[in-house]
Order: sequence, then structure tokens, then C-alpha cells
Amino acid sequence: MTRTLPALLVALGLAATACATSSSPETSTEASGGFPVTIEAANGPVTITERPARIVSLSPTGTEVLFAIEAGDQVAAVDDQSNYPAAAPVTDLSGLEPNIEAIAALEADLVVIMFDVGGETVAALDAVGIPTLVHPAAVDLDDAYTQIEQLGAATGHIAEAAGLVAAMQGDIDGIVSGTEGAGDTYYHELGPDLYSATSATFAGELYAMLGLVNIADGADPDGFGYPQLSAEHIVSQNPDLVFLADTKCCGESAASVAARPGWDTMTAIQTGAIVELDDDIASRWGPRVVEFVAAIAAAIGARVGA
Amino acid sequence: MITLKPARLEWWWMALALGVLAVVATVAIGYGVVPLDAAAIVRSMLDRLPFVDIESGLDERQDAVLWAIRLPRVVLGGLVGATLALAGGAYQGSFRNPLADPYLLGVAAGAGLGATLAIAYLPASSLPISPLIVLAFAGAIGAVAMTYLVGNSVKAGRTSVTLILAGVAVAAFLTAVQTYLLQREAATLRQVYGWILGSLTTVGWHEVLLILPWVIITGGVVLTGRSRLDVLSVGDEEARALGVDPPRVRLVVVLAATLGTAAVVAVSGLIGFVGIIVPHTVRIVFGTSYKVVLPLSIVYGAAFLIVADLVARTLISPGELPIGVVTAFFGAPFFAFVLRSSRGVGT
Repeated sequence: MTRTLPALLVALGLAATACATSSSPETSTEASGGFPVTIEAANGPVTITERPARIVSLSPTGTEVLFAIEAGDQVAAVDDQSNYPAAAPVTDLSGLEPNIEAIAALEADLVVIMFDVGGETVAALDAVGIPTLVHPAAVDLDDAYTQIEQLGAATGHIAEAAGLVAAMQGDIDGIVSGTEGAGDTYYHELGPDLYSATSATFAGELYAMLGLVNIADGADPDGFGYPQLSAEHIVSQNPDLVFLADTKCCGESAASVAARPGWDTMTAIQTGAIVELDDDIASRWGPRVVEFVAAIAAAIGARVGA
Repeated sequence: MITLKPARLEWWWMALALGVLAVVATVAIGYGVVPLDAAAIVRSMLDRLPFVDIESGLDERQDAVLWAIRLPRVVLGGLVGATLALAGGAYQGSFRNPLADPYLLGVAAGAGLGATLAIAYLPASSLPISPLIVLAFAGAIGAVAMTYLVGNSVKAGRTSVTLILAGVAVAAFLTAVQTYLLQREAATLRQVYGWILGSLTTVGWHEVLLILPWVIITGGVVLTGRSRLDVLSVGDEEARALGVDPPRVRLVVVLAATLGTAAVVAVSGLIGFVGIIVPHTVRIVFGTSYKVVLPLSIVYGAAFLIVADLVARTLISPGELPIGVVTAFFGAPFFAFVLRSSRGVGT
């Protein structure tokens, strides 16, 4: 009986981790930093008439980007999941179920959200005259860069956004060229229930850039990207590297993983080739992606050096 | 004049059931994501016997897959299925309600709330017993206690239906609290949802040992009450005339069934449908006496869930399906087939 969770909630929860931009967004600006500007986001063309001064970000990645491109002082409020940087004005606002009245009461002049199932939030905000950018989970680095550039254009920080993208590209290129992980296998854990991410996901592409092979590929016939693996599979695959992206959410650690039945026979557990990632860094597509890539590269380096 | 149908458990019915369970368990141990040589599995098992020392041919990781991952999963699947099926039969007998399942009095909602609290606020897994198991168990027991409190506070016209209605109210309330928490802690959504659908993905011997005492208590108490449940089936007034105290039987049997359900749900999540489909199938095929239904439900419940878990872990291998999806997806059509083939014997 009463096992009914609102289906919508579930759909939204999955969308939070699995959403993908269907069309690659493009930006068109008349003049550098000039307004009005029209941005081609996931929800279609969005016109921003003047430089926003009271931005509400309901996307943790959006929040990180806004502060990284020096638009932080234009941010009026961020959602309850936006925990970085520390200067972000955190509120009780939910990105999952945006409260339109609360956003309107903040006198927002630009809203950034991650998803909008059915387009209701955008329509409601539109009705009260607030432009909204829907920036769903990036499918790859180019997608992430595009979102940064769009936020730059939307906030009047085009140069800073371009600088951030160039810096990220440079850093990541540097890490990739200095890393030799060809052929090593890995397991990326999203939760103690053994959900993982395949190479088709944003995180998976970063690992692939560094030459790693994902043991979750092949477990995902539908191409959903986030299969639940069986413990038998993980143990028998004996991945060279284990990455835990469930340290904050779920309290997992190298020790707790080693204590799972049968897992202590894996070489990576025995040799300590197990990396405790910061869940947030490993699941967002903002400026700290560089830190994620660096963490992967460091693990590869430690393994090669061992 | 009330005549009770003479009904007893034929020995070969039980032998058949045990045979089915043995076959199912053997297949479930033999098949998995990782192909293991059948002969090597047998050698490895013989090797574990005292005074036997033979080389299994399995390497260290294959050995771990067999002994630390696959075997406890099969055993736990059996225990969970046996308990849910037995508890379902016990609930149906106690409430004389064919639709009663072990989650009737709020176990599912209470366990769900406990699990949600644990997943959202107590993720530390360094404790000897996972907080999820403890809170899910406590939540299940607490919910049924609440149901009894509410049900017993009714002064006039109290029947077994009163208790069921109290269960509906308690479950609705606890589910509302759980849904609110999920809204607040959206990041836990997937994990909670996965738990609700049920899973034996990460279990080991630890969980088997944890629930074994509760399962044994439940089995003992409920089986002891099987004759009284038969008497109860003729109605409360008549049962009283035959020297049985219906509220007392109901309390003891339901309490025992609840303990076992709470324990297995705490480690496996909310696996639905087993408590309905297994006792009813047994009833349709073998007869309605609880002397038949309860013992056979234990064995067939175990076999059913072991098969369901085998499907859950091999159908989209090396990925996993939630076992609750499997029990409903394959169980419902199977049950419809059984219903069709029966000639209105059942309930």
C-alpha cells in the first residue's frame, strides 16, 4: 500500500542527475556587454533588457559560475543546495520546486534554474516579468563552456566568462597532456546502492579524456547513463581505480567500501587506489571541474608511481 | 452447526515445495553476473566442509563473489520471501481479509520514514549496524504501535476493520512526513526511491545474521497459531464459541508477523506483492486451511523471492533491476494466470 511517491518528484530527481541539453545553446549579443541581449538557452530565446542586479540562482553550478565570472555582487539569492562559494547568499529556496512568489518577492531580475519539467516555472516567472535561463546538466565540456559564456552575456561579464573558459580549457589541457592513464579501468560510485555513471555522462567523458576505461559501460543498454551495478560485477571486474562520489551524501569512505562483503579482494582496495571525491565537485559542471580532473589525474599518477 | 473442513498438510506437498526451493536455490547460486564454473562451485562448497580440503579452482575474487556476495544474497532472498509470504498469510487469516498484506498496518510507511531519516541525516556507515536498518526497523514497529493505539482508542463498534482503518490513517500520515522530508532533502531522492523499490544489491552475511532471530521468532509464533487462525476463519462469534479469543489471537499473530516483516524490510526495502501472491497461490492450489497455507507459504515464498532476485540481478546484467519491480512485473501476470486456472476455490 502507501508506497506512493509523487512520480513528478522522482522524475525531477533523475533529471537533476541525468538531464541533457537537446540542442546546443548559442549566444547572440549586439555589443560587448551590451543590453538588451538575447540568449538561446534550453528554454528557447531569452531576452534580458538590462544588466541584472538581483539574480536568483536555483542551480548550484550556476551559482559557482556566477561568482567565478565576478557577477557575485549581482546575485540576490541562491537555492538551498548552492553551498559554494561561501559568499553565496543561501536561502531556503528550492531548485526542485521553485516558489514563484518567493522569487518575485526578492525582486529578481534574472533566474537561473537547472530544469523545468513541463515549462511551468519559466511560464510562471515569465508571467511576472522575470526572465529565466534553464541551464540543464551539461553533457560535455563544450556544453559547460557554453553555459558559462551565456551567463557572462546575461550578466554583463562577457570578458570574465571568456577568461574563465580559456583558463579552464588551458588547465584541463595541461592536466590531460601530463597524464598517462591509458587503459586503466575505473569504477565511479554515485551511491552506496552502487549506482554509477557511464562514459556517456559528463563525468564519464572527463575520465575518458584521461584515458581511463569505465567498468559501467555495457551495463546501460538504454543509454540512460546512470546504471545500478551489481556487486558481483564490480568485484570481478577488479577496476584499477575506484572513485567515490558519495562521500558527502552518504558518508562512504575508503574504509567503508573496504568493509563491504567481498570488496577487500579487489586490488584497488588492497593497494589504496581508492579516491574519496567531493560529491559536489564530481557532480557539477562549473569552474571546479578542473579540480575534479586534477583529482582523477592525481590518482592515476599515484597508481603509476606506485 | 459449524463444520471445519478437514485439512492437513500432506507430506508430499511439503516435499514438493522443498524440492522446488532446492532447485531454485541451486540455479540462483549457479547463475550470476559473473560466470562461475558449476563444478568449481561444488568443489568450493565441499572444500568448506570440515575435514575436506580440495582445490576449488576459483581465484580469490571469484571465491569472494560466490561466498561473500552471491550466497548471502540467495539466503537472504529466501529469508525475506519466506517471512513476507508467511506474514501475508498471517495477516489475511487474522483479519479475514484476502487483500491484507504485511504492510497493512503501516509497516511500509513507518519503515520508509525511518529509512528516509537515516539516508538524509545519518549517512555514517562506520557504525556496526547501519542506521538505515535500525531506523527502518524502529519505524516499522513504531508505525504498527501507533496503529494499535489509534485503533484501541475507538470506544464503540470496534472490529478488526477499525484497526485496518487506523492503519490507513497512520500510513497516510507517516507517508506525508516522509514526502515532506524528501522535498527538503532532494539529494536523497534517488537513494530513498531505490530503497522503497527494494533491493538485495549490497547485502552480506551480516544482514542474514541480523534478521535471522526475528525471522525464527516470527515463524515459530505464527505457525503455532495456525490452527487458531483456521478457527478464526469462521467468524469472531463462532470462534469464541469454540473457545478461541479472537482479539488475543489476532494480537499475538499480527505482532509476530509484524516483527518479522519489520526485520526483513529493514534490510531489503519494501518488496511488494510477495505477501499477497504467495499465500493466495498456495490457497488456490492446495487448500484454504492455515495448517496448509502457512507452512507452504514459507517455502514457496522463499523460492519466489530467490527467483525474483535472480531475475533482478541477471536480466540487464551487469546492471541491476529493483526487485520490487520484478516481483510485481512477473508476479502479477503469474497470479492472474493462477486465478484464471482456479475454479473459484480460493478465498
